[in-house]
Amino acid sequence: MSKPQNAPGDVRSKGLVDYLNDENVRAVLYQIIAIGLIVLAGWYLVSNTLYNLEQQNISTGYGFLDLEASFEISETMIDYSAQSSYATALMVGLLNTVKVSLLGIILCTIIGTIFGVARLSSNWIVRKLATVYVETFRNIPVLLQLFFWYALIPGAFPHPRDALEPIPGVLLTSRGMYMPVPEPDNAYTLMAIAAVIACVAIYFIKKWAKKRQDATGQPFPMFLAGLGIFVGLVLLAYLAGGAPTDMSMPALKGFNIQGGYNISPEFMAVLIGLTVYTSTYVAEVVRSGIQAVPNGQWEAADSLGIRRSVALRKVILPQSMRVAIPPLTNQYLNLTKNSSLAVAVGYPDLVSVSNTTMNQTGQAIEAISIFMSIYLGLSLLTSLFMNWFNKKMALVER
Amino acid sequence: MKIQTILAAGAMTVAAVAAQNAQAGAVLDGIKDKGFVQCGVNTGLPGFSAANAEGKWEGIDVDVCRAAAAALLGDANAVQYTPLTAAQRFTALQSGEIDVLSRNTTATTTRDAKLGLTFVGINYYDGQGFLIPKALGVSSATELDGATVCVEPGTTTELNLADYFRAKGMSFEPVVIENINEATAAFFSGRCDVYTTDASGLASIRTQMAENPDDYVILPEIISKEPLGPVVAQGDEQWSDVVRWAFTAMVEAEEYGVTMENVDDMKANSTNPGIQRLLGVTPGMGEALGLDEAWAYNIIKQVGNYGESYEKNVTAKLGLERGLNALWTDGGLQYAWPVR
Repeated sequence: MSKPQNAPGDVRSKGLVDYLNDENVRAVLYQIIAIGLIVLAGWYLVSNTLYNLEQQNISTGYGFLDLEASFEISETMIDYSAQSSYATALMVGLLNTVKVSLLGIILCTIIGTIFGVARLSSNWIVRKLATVYVETFRNIPVLLQLFFWYALIPGAFPHPRDALEPIPGVLLTSRGMYMPVPEPDNAYTLMAIAAVIACVAIYFIKKWAKKRQDATGQPFPMFLAGLGIFVGLVLLAYLAGGAPTDMSMPALKGFNIQGGYNISPEFMAVLIGLTVYTSTYVAEVVRSGIQAVPNGQWEAADSLGIRRSVALRKVILPQSMRVAIPPLTNQYLNLTKNSSLAVAVGYPDLVSVSNTTMNQTGQAIEAISIFMSIYLGLSLLTSLFMNWFNKKMALVER
Repeated sequence: MKIQTILAAGAMTVAAVAAQNAQAGAVLDGIKDKGFVQCGVNTGLPGFSAANAEGKWEGIDVDVCRAAAAALLGDANAVQYTPLTAAQRFTALQSGEIDVLSRNTTATTTRDAKLGLTFVGINYYDGQGFLIPKALGVSSATELDGATVCVEPGTTTELNLADYFRAKGMSFEPVVIENINEATAAFFSGRCDVYTTDASGLASIRTQMAENPDDYVILPEIISKEPLGPVVAQGDEQWSDVVRWAFTAMVEAEEYGVTMENVDDMKANSTNPGIQRLLGVTPGMGEALGLDEAWAYNIIKQVGNYGESYEKNVTAKLGLERGLNALWTDGGLQYAWPVR
C-alpha cells in the first residue's frame, strides 16, 4: 500500500466503481472481510456454546476458582491444603509443570549434547552405543516410556520398611528417593543473595576481560576466576550466617519415611521419560549442527595453530549453535507440551489438577480454556526466550 | 468460489450446532434413529461393569443400560458401550457422546444441580472404605495417620478422603491416578499403603485383581454415603423417564416375585393386578411412558429383575451380600416407586 492512490496530476474525480477497482482498496477490503468472518464465526461459536450450556442447566463462568478445592495434592511447591481454592490448586499444578519442564529441558540438553557428540566419536563402541540409545528411545512413543518408567520405579525398590540405603542418609524405596536436606536457616537466604551478587560480579568482570583481550590480546582465566568468586562469596555468606549444620534426615516413622526431601516415583518417571525421549532428538540436532560446520573451519583453526579443544569451543560450536538453536527450540516446546502426559502416571501437573477441578466442578470448558491458555503462554515464553538467544548467537556481520 | 465455500461451511456449522441443541425428546429420538443406546460404563470394575472373556460387557450397571434398551427398543442387546474414567464421565454425558451414564456414580447436589445432570435412580447403595495389605497390621481407619493413599481423581471418594483425614486431624499423601488399572497396579506394587473407593469397588479390586485376596483386608470403617445410580443429561425428560422406570421395573418385578424364568407364566396366568399392569396385560403404563406395552416384560425376560441382576453380578463375582441393597421388605433400601 505504499503506492499513492492518486497519481500526481490525476484530477479526474473517482466514482465508487473506480474506487472498488483500485487494487489497494481491494486488498484492504478483503482483509476486513476475512477478519470480519473470523470474528463472526468465533462469536457464533461462543454464543451458541453459552446458549447450549444454559439450555442444559450447566453452570458457566470462572467464579468456581474462588471455591474451596476440597481435594489434596501430593506434591506442592507452595502452601496448599484441601481448604485452599481451586485457583491455588491450579497454581500448584502449573508450578509442578514448570518444575518438571525446566529440569527436563536442562537435563535433555546436557544428555543430548553428550550423545550427539558421541555419535560422531572416532571410537567405534562409543559411536555405536550412542546410535543404539538414540534409535531405541526416539522410536518408542513417549507415553509408553512414561508407563515403563512408572512400572519400573515402584516395582524395583522395596517398601519403605526395608528401604535401601546406598549412601548413608539417602533412602531408595517404592515411594521414591529420600535424601537429607538442611533444616531451614537464615544462612541459606544469605547464601542465595551472595550467589546473585557473585553472578553480577562475574558478568562485569567478563565484560572487562573481553575489552582487555580485544585491546591487548591478553586472555583472562575467566572460568577459574568466576568459580573462585562464586564459591568464595557463597562460602563467606555461609560462615557469616553462623555455619548451620542441622540436617533433616529421612527416617521411617509410621507408614512412611518422614523428613528429608522426597523425589516421588511419579516425578522421577515423568522426568526420566521426558528427558530420555527428548534427549535423543537433541542428540540428533547437535550431531547435525556439528556436521553442518564445514571441515574447512577445522583446517583453518589448525593452520592458525589453535588447539583442537579450543577450536571446538571457540570455532566449531558457536557456528553449529546457529544451526542447532531453531530445532532445539522445537524440542524444548515439545518437552513442555509432552509434560501434560504426566497425568497418565499420576504426577500432579497442570492437566492432572485441571482434570480433577473440571470433574469436581463440572466446568469443563472453563478448566480446559485455563490450561490451554497456560500452555500457550508457556510455549510462547519459551519461544521468545529462544528467539532472543538465537539473535544473540546469530552471525553478526561486520 | 471462495465465498461460496465459506458460506457452505458456515451453513454446515449452523446445522451441526443447531442439531446439538437440547430439545425435548432429542435424545430419545436419536436413540430410536440409530437403533441402540450409547451407554457410558466403567473401564473395568467387575460386578458393576467389565468386559468378560468374550468381550461382552457384564455387571449391575450394564444391566441398567440393557433394561433401558429393552424397554425402548425391545432388545436388551441394542446397547453400545463407552468405557470411561471417572474424570471423563460427565463431559461425555454433557456433550451427548453417551445417552446414559451407568458407571457407579454417586448422586450429589453439585452433580445434580450444577452439571446439568439428572440422577434417575439408585441401583446400588454404597459407602467408602479402605483396602489395605494385612501385613501392615492395621485394624482401623483411625490408625492411618501419615499413610499414602491411592485414589481415583475427580471422584467423591477423593473429596471424602480429604474430609475424613481433616476431621480426624490426620495427614495423608494422595497418589492420584486416573485409570483404574494403573491405579490398582500402583497399589499392588506398594506405591500406596491404602486404596480407597466405594466398599463394593474395594471388594471387586480385592477379589478380582489381587494376586492373593487373602493378603488384603477391607477396614471396618465406612466413611461416607455413596448412593450410586444411572445419570442422564437434563433436557430430555422423556428419556430420563424411560431410564428411571426401566430400573424401577426391575425392582418392582423383584417385589412381585417376577423373574426371568416365570415371567411368561406370570404374564399368562397371574391374577395380581399389579403384575398385570407391570407386564402390560392391563395396558396403560407403556402408553404413559411412550413405550410398547411389553416394555417391562422385555426387561424382565431379557435382563431379569433387580435381585437376579444383583445375584448374578455382585454376589457371584464379589461375594457381597445384599445388605443395604436388599428390598425394603427385607430390611434394605431398595423400594420401587409403584408402577401404576
